[in-house]
Amino acid sequence: MSLEVNGKTYETDEEGYLENLSEWNLDLADAMAKEDGCDLTENHWEVVNFLREYYDEYQIAPAVRVLTKAVGKRLGKDKGNSKYLYELFPYGPAKQACKYAGLPKPTGCV
Amino acid sequence: MKKVEFDIPVITNHPITPSIKEGAMAHVRPFVAKQGHQEALGFPGELVDDWHDKAIEKMRELLGKYRSLQVFMDSCVKCGACTDKCHYFLGTSDPKNMPVARQDLMRKVYRRYFTFAGKYFPKLVGAVDLTKEVLEDWYSYYHQCSECRRCSVYCPYGIDTAEVTMAGREILASVGVGQKYSNEIIGKVYKIGNNLGLPEKALANTLEDLEEEVKDDIDVDVRFPLDVKGADVLLVTPSADFFAEPHVDGLIGYAKVFHQAGVSWTLSSHASEAANFGLFIGSQDNMQKVAMRVREAALELGVKRIIVGECGHAWRVAYSYWNTLIGPFDFLDPKYPVPQHICESTYDLIQQGALKFNKEENDDKIVTFHDSCNVSRASRMGNMPGGQFVIPREIIKAACNHFVDMREDTIKEGTFCCGGGGGLLTDDLVELRVKGASPRVQALHEVIEQHGVTHMAAICAICKSQFTKVLPYYDMQMDMIISVHQLVGDALELGVER
Repeated sequence: MSLEVNGKTYETDEEGYLENLSEWNLDLADAMAKEDGCDLTENHWEVVNFLREYYDEYQIAPAVRVLTKAVGKRLGKDKGNSKYLYELFPYGPAKQACKYAGLPKPTGCV
Repeated sequence: MKKVEFDIPVITNHPITPSIKEGAMAHVRPFVAKQGHQEALGFPGELVDDWHDKAIEKMRELLGKYRSLQVFMDSCVKCGACTDKCHYFLGTSDPKNMPVARQDLMRKVYRRYFTFAGKYFPKLVGAVDLTKEVLEDWYSYYHQCSECRRCSVYCPYGIDTAEVTMAGREILASVGVGQKYSNEIIGKVYKIGNNLGLPEKALANTLEDLEEEVKDDIDVDVRFPLDVKGADVLLVTPSADFFAEPHVDGLIGYAKVFHQAGVSWTLSSHASEAANFGLFIGSQDNMQKVAMRVREAALELGVKRIIVGECGHAWRVAYSYWNTLIGPFDFLDPKYPVPQHICESTYDLIQQGALKFNKEENDDKIVTFHDSCNVSRASRMGNMPGGQFVIPREIIKAACNHFVDMREDTIKEGTFCCGGGGGLLTDDLVELRVKGASPRVQALHEVIEQHGVTHMAAICAICKSQFTKVLPYYDMQMDMIISVHQLVGDALELGVER
């Protein structure tokens, strides 16, 4: 599969996850979200940006408790929980937010 | 992320056996493994040119290697006892999901190539050539069986559908058609050490974070030790316990128990996974290679005991296969079960009076227990028959005031699979997972109506993820599903005298 944004074609896997992590950019993230019927707001971006920072350091998306803690610090304590993250990313914060962040989908029993 | 459109089964007050709908699930098939996923496991990267001969040759090999498979191919008398026992048939109405029919996809090929009647009079005995269409059917329907073995409980001949499914998948992978989800994951275990691909640095960071969280929460220094040489216990747990909810609350529960009981324990970054998907794809070689990391870690760390966390098929592999695959365990302390389930360990500590509970902490819950298929039908706990049913329930009752069981034919050895077991816990099979969960959801619905059940506890990472995902399709809350050791951790009195 592939996705075309601003005249450039990006290869993705069967579920729309970016094949080549280094090709990621802001417009691509927006386009991926639009494909799913999701508009990325500032709060979405806080999560997406944190995922990318974390991935840079650890080569994996953060565990749910690491993520909720970080979101709580950035967006306020009332938002540092998975209920809020599911409101932002109804398909599951790890899987859906990873996709827009250009990261591979978490695998395993999750 | 696009929502797949399909009809969600209607949950009724009583169980219903559906009328059959031919081909209802013929369109469902998981993503095929890519070349890299296949080759990392020793399989060909894509469908080989001489796939027909290779597949028959592999079948011959398996029939010789596993006497059970030969017996299962020969002994079915088509009595029909299994037909309405499979959660996937009950949820999908597709007659090929009747266990007998799913087995017959292989049996009809077996007859053609390996029996006298089938070789010379194929039409008389329903024997068929192995064609591309048959191979496609195998790929589709051998990935609509979760290897849960409920049907085999009711089979008068004890035919084990799971073994037929495993053989089917092994033949498929060996001619180049493996399943992406399982094979990609096994490759990650080889490369990084766990199903998630969680590297050591991230694991250490995650565990530090959990220590902080527990400290903030209850002001006790509960440790989550990693790679501690000389610890008594090596805990091997599914990597989902580090990563996902509600799994992580189970992990916190184990840590609190070890803390309070004064058990010296450690996790391992080398064996940071209890799951073993080698079982799911029917490959002994891969199962052994995955399991070997546990032996290596235990020897390297010099532990005296190995405890397995809440993971259903991991416990089957540990209990039934480890000794053959990675034994002998003569370096472990023979005073403890080898290996030991986390529930056995916690139950023993409760019996010894080492753990005290404030059960009122769980008074906001009315709890039921979902028996996981591999624990129920392929293993045991404790030293009494049926211990795998008694021990988790006794732990829950020690930590909660309100516990009720679901309908008798849906629990213990008759338990329904969650619908996501056996390597099917993947988004490309979400229709199958939702439909396959319906028999369990129906039984859960009954106890919600009759007893006001609020939570369902489980001891399997797959069950927990599966229910988190599918319960909302039935208008149930995703956080209804919890870890048994979450109940333990929430009610355990910490710091009190032992």
